[in-house]
Amino acid sequence: MQEHDMSWVRTEMVLAQPAPAGVSGLGAWVRKNLIASTGDTILTIVGVALVAMILPQVINWAFINAQWTGTDRTFCATVGQGGIQPDGWSGACWAFVNAKFGQFMFGRYPIEERWRPILVAILTVVLLVPLLIPRVPRKGLNAILLFLVLPVVAFILLVGGVFGLPHVETSLWGGLLVTLSLSFVGIAVSLPLGILLAMGRRSKMPIVKTLCVIFIETVRGIPLITVLFFASVMLPLFLPAGVTFDKFLRALIGVSLFAAAYMAEVVRGGLQAIPKGQYEGADSLGLGYWQKMVLIVMPQALKLVIPGIVNTFIGMFKDTSLVSIISMFDLLGVVKQNFSYANWATAQTARSGLIFAAFVFWLFCFGMSRYSMYTERRLDTGHKR
Amino acid sequence: MASQEVLREEPSRGSFINDPRVRGIFYQAVVVVLLAVSVWWIVQNVIDNLTRLHIASGFGFLKGRAGFDISDSAIAYTSDSTYGRAIVVGFINTIIVAVAGIVTATLIGFIVGIGRLSRNWLIRKICTVYVEIFRNIPPLLVIFFWYSGVLSVLPAPRDSINLPFGSFLNQRGFYFPRAVWGDGSWLIPVALIVGIAMAWFVARMARQRQMATGQQFPVFWTSVALIVGLPLLAYVLSGFPLSFDFPKQSTFNLTGGFQVKPEFLSLYLALSCYTAAFIAEIVRAGIVGVSKGQTEAAGALGLRPGSILRLVVVPQAMRIVIPPLTSQYLNLTKNSSLAIAIGYPDLTATAGTVLNQTGQAVEGVLIMMVVYLALSLVTSAIMNVVNARMALVER
Repeated sequence: MQEHDMSWVRTEMVLAQPAPAGVSGLGAWVRKNLIASTGDTILTIVGVALVAMILPQVINWAFINAQWTGTDRTFCATVGQGGIQPDGWSGACWAFVNAKFGQFMFGRYPIEERWRPILVAILTVVLLVPLLIPRVPRKGLNAILLFLVLPVVAFILLVGGVFGLPHVETSLWGGLLVTLSLSFVGIAVSLPLGILLAMGRRSKMPIVKTLCVIFIETVRGIPLITVLFFASVMLPLFLPAGVTFDKFLRALIGVSLFAAAYMAEVVRGGLQAIPKGQYEGADSLGLGYWQKMVLIVMPQALKLVIPGIVNTFIGMFKDTSLVSIISMFDLLGVVKQNFSYANWATAQTARSGLIFAAFVFWLFCFGMSRYSMYTERRLDTGHKR
Repeated sequence: MASQEVLREEPSRGSFINDPRVRGIFYQAVVVVLLAVSVWWIVQNVIDNLTRLHIASGFGFLKGRAGFDISDSAIAYTSDSTYGRAIVVGFINTIIVAVAGIVTATLIGFIVGIGRLSRNWLIRKICTVYVEIFRNIPPLLVIFFWYSGVLSVLPAPRDSINLPFGSFLNQRGFYFPRAVWGDGSWLIPVALIVGIAMAWFVARMARQRQMATGQQFPVFWTSVALIVGLPLLAYVLSGFPLSFDFPKQSTFNLTGGFQVKPEFLSLYLALSCYTAAFIAEIVRAGIVGVSKGQTEAAGALGLRPGSILRLVVVPQAMRIVIPPLTSQYLNLTKNSSLAIAIGYPDLTATAGTVLNQTGQAVEGVLIMMVVYLALSLVTSAIMNVVNARMALVER
């Protein structure tokens, strides 16, 4: 019937037109993000002024004027202070960090034995990295090696006294070694303990519940330094005469108990967010309490509170620096001890050492928080409303 | 298992040891026995150790002569004062630094938090860098940085740095003019209180009038006029009774003025900077948490951007912000105990000294714990009241 087919189908694509001028490119970006309004422009000017004031000074101090090598304070002191730098010089004293690097990492750990902490560090990295990358297989074996075998190996290697390894007192440990071992053990102890406390707090047994509440709320209400005082001053009083506790162990107990109380509250938040139907569903399947918790509730609850758990880890990692107050030499303690020695005392030493320590702490904490964000995205099964 | 026998409350036919209630009682009994035994063991050990060390227990030691000096003291204190008074001095110092830190941290935190949501790219980035730096380093390190890295390498008093308003900065701290109040100056605080009371009444009247008639009244400017104007008027009327005692440079030190010691300064600055980063994140989350529809609906009703922020966004954001803000305030108060690391005499430091001098470890740690617990409870009580006022009124 239809003689003339009026329909028309385009057979080739039209070339894309460039975006109109003014909505793309550098100029548009600047207009949108920096000078959208008068107020915005003023803010930008203030911001540029701020950056222009601070950034060149920082770069000058940290890189251009910095003293990178040296053996004592004269390298970082001005002529007026008895050093080699011109008067009015202000630059970072990385020479100090350079000279004391071994101390900052291992404390007074004997130099000929330092391969042992290095070996432990390598083992930890080798076992930890595959566990953190989701695509690598054999997670179960990996976890067993990391959480059960490695602690034993690390203990034997670090403390020594067997297999011909000389014994190294924990009072000789120091620097990043102490910071990392305190936090690793603290994390490994506080997570399970926190989960148990959270379950205890939600338990139907009144006595267990009361005990957990008292413990959690007391610990959360007092500063960590009080807990450490408690661990270092009162624990020896609690034990029979003659029994002594390693100082390192005491700090470890203090830090772990403290973190466990915070962890318990985080986990409790997760437990409360699980709908009642899940508990009842598990009950109706005939699962016992522990089966219900381990198989049904905890996997869901822990997944919900990963950010909180990692935040607690980060907080604990930062809190390990407090052991320097009860005269243990973690990274911060070692840095502080070293910059007060007379042969390195200059106006720049303390600043440089502390900034180095801050950078190390920052690296670990920032890494942890980024990894937690990544895990959160990966585990997000889209149930969030 | 849930058979009809259970409904009829007859004993279940399952084994006795499988009854959850019996098990519960059994487990709790075990816990109680274990706890009692370990407490008894610990108490015995403590008593043994104390008698061996010849330390009398009890709080009688608080009346003893302290014998040590405290550098910063808000109340009269000498080394002849009692241990109890030393602890009180420390407690007051803790309160001072905590309150000052909370105010400053809130201020910086709100500015940075709002800055992180700014449309201005540069401001956003600056605020992000601030937050990411301070959130990820230990507070103790920040304290040391201010104390050893910045304040203690300032020039000696002879070459103090001159700051505006006749204040000075040197390695012994920050000096600023001390206000000296003359005769009749009592009128000014009275005027201030009257001003605040009147402003409150005006606000109430204005609200009632707006509810009844819909007419608005410029409450803000009236309040400012009342609160600032009345004390100013009193100041003029009482004949300008205020003068300043300026710090003056002498050969080796500064005399006069008000001195803020570097210990306080570094603790205060570090706590403020550190906590502000966390508060900024809380504020940001609060503002992001108010859904966009609220802003759009308010705009559709014809409210101006300023009014939208003040009447719609902020009240809802505060609801999200206040609970975590409370815990940050508590954290700051607890972190003020880090003062001991740089020798600022706060509660932990003075109680620690007392503990070391007397050997009363149990009582000393107990005092610290009770005081910090009480502080935490008071702070959360205050914030709970604020929270209740802010909370959503639901049917």
